[in-house]
Amino acid sequence: MTEVVATNQTILVVGAGISGITAAVEAAETGKNVVLVEKRAYMGGRISQLYKYFPKLCFPSCGLEINQRRLSAQGGITVLTMAEVSGVTGAEGDYTATVKISPRYVNENCTACGACADAVEAEFDNDHNYGMDKHKGAYLPYNMAKPERFVIDPRIIGTEDAEKAKAACKYDAIDLDMQEETVEFKAGAIIWATGWTPYDANKIQPYGYDRYDNVITSVEFERMMDKFGPTGGKILRPGDGKEAKDIAFIQCAGSRDRNHLKHCSRICCMASLKQSTYITEQYGAEDEDAKGTIYYIDIRSIDRFEDFYRKVQNDPKISFVKSKVANIIVDKENNPVVKGVDTEGYHRYETKHDLVVLAVGMEPNVTKESFPVEIAINEHGFIEADEANGGIFAAGCASDALDVNRAVQSATAAALRAVQVVNKVAGAEG
Amino acid sequence: MSLNTAMVEKYRNNFLQEVAGNVEEGDWVKMCMQCGVCAGSCPLGNAWEHTPQKLFMMIRANKRDEVLTSDSMWMCTSCYNCIVRCPRELPITHIMHGLATYAKKLGLAPQSNPTQWFSETFWNNMMKKGRVNELKLGLSLYFKDGFVSGIKESIAHQKLGMNMMKAKRMAPMEIMGGHGVKDLSGLQKMIKKAQDIEAERLEANSK
Repeated sequence: MTEVVATNQTILVVGAGISGITAAVEAAETGKNVVLVEKRAYMGGRISQLYKYFPKLCFPSCGLEINQRRLSAQGGITVLTMAEVSGVTGAEGDYTATVKISPRYVNENCTACGACADAVEAEFDNDHNYGMDKHKGAYLPYNMAKPERFVIDPRIIGTEDAEKAKAACKYDAIDLDMQEETVEFKAGAIIWATGWTPYDANKIQPYGYDRYDNVITSVEFERMMDKFGPTGGKILRPGDGKEAKDIAFIQCAGSRDRNHLKHCSRICCMASLKQSTYITEQYGAEDEDAKGTIYYIDIRSIDRFEDFYRKVQNDPKISFVKSKVANIIVDKENNPVVKGVDTEGYHRYETKHDLVVLAVGMEPNVTKESFPVEIAINEHGFIEADEANGGIFAAGCASDALDVNRAVQSATAAALRAVQVVNKVAGAEG
Repeated sequence: MSLNTAMVEKYRNNFLQEVAGNVEEGDWVKMCMQCGVCAGSCPLGNAWEHTPQKLFMMIRANKRDEVLTSDSMWMCTSCYNCIVRCPRELPITHIMHGLATYAKKLGLAPQSNPTQWFSETFWNNMMKKGRVNELKLGLSLYFKDGFVSGIKESIAHQKLGMNMMKAKRMAPMEIMGGHGVKDLSGLQKMIKKAQDIEAERLEANSK
């Protein structure tokens, strides 16, 4: 049984992405007791699926590692993975949370040796890589996963594969009888750091993401660059596995569109500018076939990133077309052809590319209906800072469409608010 | 003073305001963010001089004459592709028809444009009996460009006509004048009243 030691001076943080980890660590570093609940089998959230950050083009794994070290060094943080908050009752300073923990079927004896994965045959779509490859029925979600422990996919439970995995384990780490658990504990304040999900590109019918192999999303493109990702770090066309050199980026794919997401997702312009630099990184500046085209309504290089935009504008490999693409068709060789009219001169274009990357928008992960507690949510689905929320605060992309920098700032702010709530509780209790 | 001159006098250098105040759904033009999806989505877009996106920008740029004498909005077939895709949900098709109607009222619609001609023929045909006499409307379209080409058109479509008659989709006796609605004068009065209200509104707007 999982034991959670918590009082009404405990801070519950929901979601262990960069925002949740930051909020948890910041709160714990002020001496507070924290419970960090994560739905996935590992911490890190969306940033674990990014190749590089803008604007420095450094690796997210670096900052994630630092934060994971801070987290384990600090103490006072209980981490529950594969866990979801199913209910919250009570009021500010005295909440009771109900958390459902799904069975991992692997206990702490696991050394991540991988013998179980070798033994198992069944394969499933790999969510970490947005289904671009498969993982075994017993798997480590990704190579930097924390906790560094394998997971048995519940779909192999009861099959021969499960027994094979168990037999292969030399450390007695596989426990096929593990059951779903429900734990209940106290918390004085709650931080929702439930993050975002990429907008479902299937809904943008004119772009044919559901029909054309060589139309992908920005998050999938990001996975391609990862050396340990589905393509081994190569930009390949999903249609035929050939190298994609002439790449189009389509901005506002689902954002700023009343048919889809009304809001500007804020990060996608910078994300595409960043991704356009991957082309030179991959093929070198000399390769004349390698080039990028960014189709945009207007470039919103948020914050102080105008410099980055200018740098990309000066890159001879990258061209900009001021136009929202009307639709995409494919030619006989399965090359995507983007069609539209540009706003600077109203020229009609019909341009063939090797690969089209849709800069999909950010949608909050948790819908208004599925929040286990009454909470103020705006029309876009993000949590509002509202006094009616009591001791419940939003951090990161649960509060708005944010880049990592702003998400971390928002997480620190949420931690401070939560700390104030539990301090008040402590004061009242003497 | 003609309505056109009055409107020019009144709005001076603000055609956008003129459109917003007088064109059906014209108020939406200011909401356009010039993304170009309507222009790219229009199946006839390559056949027009001015796509919706361009027309909206021309309205803002005070290109009054160019917009109102343009034949582009007359080319709209009401496929609604633009409305469906517009990220800001502008009723683009309706604005196109609104612009065409307004240009027509001001006497600026391009006379040579066939759609413009057909719309007027359709309207006059319908107003006679309160319903469209399809046979006469079809024939007037065939004979639009003169007697000889009319005969040629008719012969070319002879088989279609015969089949339509067989399937009772065309009544040849309609050529004698055709049947009307029950209360024709009532309908005509109603339309007249609506036209008067509309004319009064425009008249008042122009002052």
